[in-house]
Amino acid sequence: MENLLLMMAPLFSAKLLIVLFFGTLFGLILGVLPGLGPTTGGALILPFTMTLDPLSAIVLLTAIYCAGTYGGAITAILINTPGTPAAAATCLDGYPLAQKGEAGRALGMATVSSAVGGIFSVIILIFFAPFLAKLAYEFGQPEYFALAIFGLTMLASIGDGNPIKNLIAGSFGILISTIGKDFMTSIDRFTYGINELSVGIGFIPVVVGLFAISEMLTQSTMLDQVYKRVALKAVKLPSLRDYKLTWKTILRSSGIGSFIGILPAEGGTVASLIGYSEAKRWSKKPEEFGKGSIEGIAGAEAANNAATGGAMVPTLALGIPGSATTAVILTGLIIHGVRPGPDLFREQPEFLYGIFGSMIIANILFFIFGFFGAKLFARITLVPNKILWPMIFAVSVCGTYSLSQSIIDVWIMLFFGVVGFFMRRYGFSVVPVIIGLILGELVEGTLRQSLVIFEGNWLLFFTRPIVVTFFILSFIALIFPLLKKKI
Amino acid sequence: MNNVQNKKRANKSSLPFFLKEEFIVSFIIVFVSIILLITTFTFDIVPPILNRGIQPATFPKALLILIIGLTLIIYYVSIKKPWKIKKKLPKPFFLTLFSFVLFVFISKSLDFFLAISALSIFVSYCWGEKRIFYLLIVSIIFPLMVFIFFETILGLRFPAGIITNIYYN
Repeated sequence: MENLLLMMAPLFSAKLLIVLFFGTLFGLILGVLPGLGPTTGGALILPFTMTLDPLSAIVLLTAIYCAGTYGGAITAILINTPGTPAAAATCLDGYPLAQKGEAGRALGMATVSSAVGGIFSVIILIFFAPFLAKLAYEFGQPEYFALAIFGLTMLASIGDGNPIKNLIAGSFGILISTIGKDFMTSIDRFTYGINELSVGIGFIPVVVGLFAISEMLTQSTMLDQVYKRVALKAVKLPSLRDYKLTWKTILRSSGIGSFIGILPAEGGTVASLIGYSEAKRWSKKPEEFGKGSIEGIAGAEAANNAATGGAMVPTLALGIPGSATTAVILTGLIIHGVRPGPDLFREQPEFLYGIFGSMIIANILFFIFGFFGAKLFARITLVPNKILWPMIFAVSVCGTYSLSQSIIDVWIMLFFGVVGFFMRRYGFSVVPVIIGLILGELVEGTLRQSLVIFEGNWLLFFTRPIVVTFFILSFIALIFPLLKKKI
Repeated sequence: MNNVQNKKRANKSSLPFFLKEEFIVSFIIVFVSIILLITTFTFDIVPPILNRGIQPATFPKALLILIIGLTLIIYYVSIKKPWKIKKKLPKPFFLTLFSFVLFVFISKSLDFFLAISALSIFVSYCWGEKRIFYLLIVSIIFPLMVFIFFETILGLRFPAGIITNIYYN
């Protein structure tokens, strides 16, 4: 009862409601713009959150996450280009249905299933995260080390990328985290006499560079792309027949999405693909998939939005990001001095339940905005890149500079923008770099503290059951993508 | 058409190994990693009495060795299965990259906001925007709005320069 009241707190705070309103609106706009999306948008907004209190900042980021994930469906259905990677599966049936003159029906189903998936996953989050956090009470330094290793090995299976390339990128991220003064001995590492590097490399320049600036460079290689938009009269609520046809699919995909989201480093993209293929497998009319099946839209959209709540579970309970966007949210938590984990559940329940409540409200808000504003949001895709991206650059530069008022941060941002572009070009995902950067200190710190506890005996790691379990899971996570490729 | 593509593919596969992108990328990663690995040997060594667990250089060393090892694996795999590399980089990409250099130069020597305006107008023009009104919006009106937002609402002070000095004085 007390928790329910804490969850409803955002409803009684004008400030949080305003933050939610603008966060959802901003998330939708970012979601419909191909190339942006909630991860890049979250990275862009991170420096601005410094002016907010921690709860408002995280509420803003989570609202962007929820609405941005849904926003990708609008462009997927109307212009056959997913606004976000998580909406790629929505294109398969959304666009063919729109071409048949049923764009409103397709968007209506996407909106309903996204909102149901999103709210379902928040309920999972509310019940599962405290449970996971309680488990984490049993964790000592060696267990945290093993958990961080598990989180990193999950990087191997991100998306369709090459698992070894993902591991290289993750190791690169951890390496970046070692720049600056060693936190245990205060010895300079990789500073090359530059004073500014002694404090290490900040998260924001790296995040903005890898997501926003590298995307700007990527857009410069795609200027010849032309978007054709299907006409939309109005978004329609699905009919009773549509509900009868899809309710099982929506619930199944919501479950799948929540579960996939909980796995560290997985996210909406994987969830939507599995949700879609499961919808097809269970469908009575699988032959209609790819030709405008309403079940296909429901399966993909419920799953990708359900992954939002799922991905917040390891993020809040363990401090291990569940997806690329939650990596940005985790960065937000860290820069606001909030350390995720079991202590957060014990010491700041009002903070956590405020986030849970806000996520539910964000899902309701994008449902309303989606119905009444989809037509308007679809027009945003017509903003030409030649105007949009220079503006994004201006915001990125000022935002990055604003954090510590250091011009070095701007150079670092540009450097990582170029590095990120080439990484993406040669098939290295940039997400593992961010996750590696976030987990780097945890990995090194817990390893060194464990070795102090074990008096330098590495073999003692294998005397602890939780550590051994995580090592086995890590081994499976490493081997599975390689085996999958062989099969 | 197919013949042309086949010829291109044949030409690519007949390139000496050191000109293939897989080799160049792997070489750069290994080269940079080796340089960084050498740097780790210059890190101070903590006396045993103060040392907690491992030396500060040990962890980065292990990471760099891991990166080198994994890179050698991906290069070896790429010999059998070459990477799918997207088309050649177009002119606007290089111009955008050049605009970053321009930005660094102007912001260091003249003014931070002048640099943002210069980059915005340059990128927008190179990407195909020729209408003066939109170029003005992108290069002057929007950066001005951003400046006012950061300066007045967020209370940020930007680095000194020929334009920002006029405002601050």
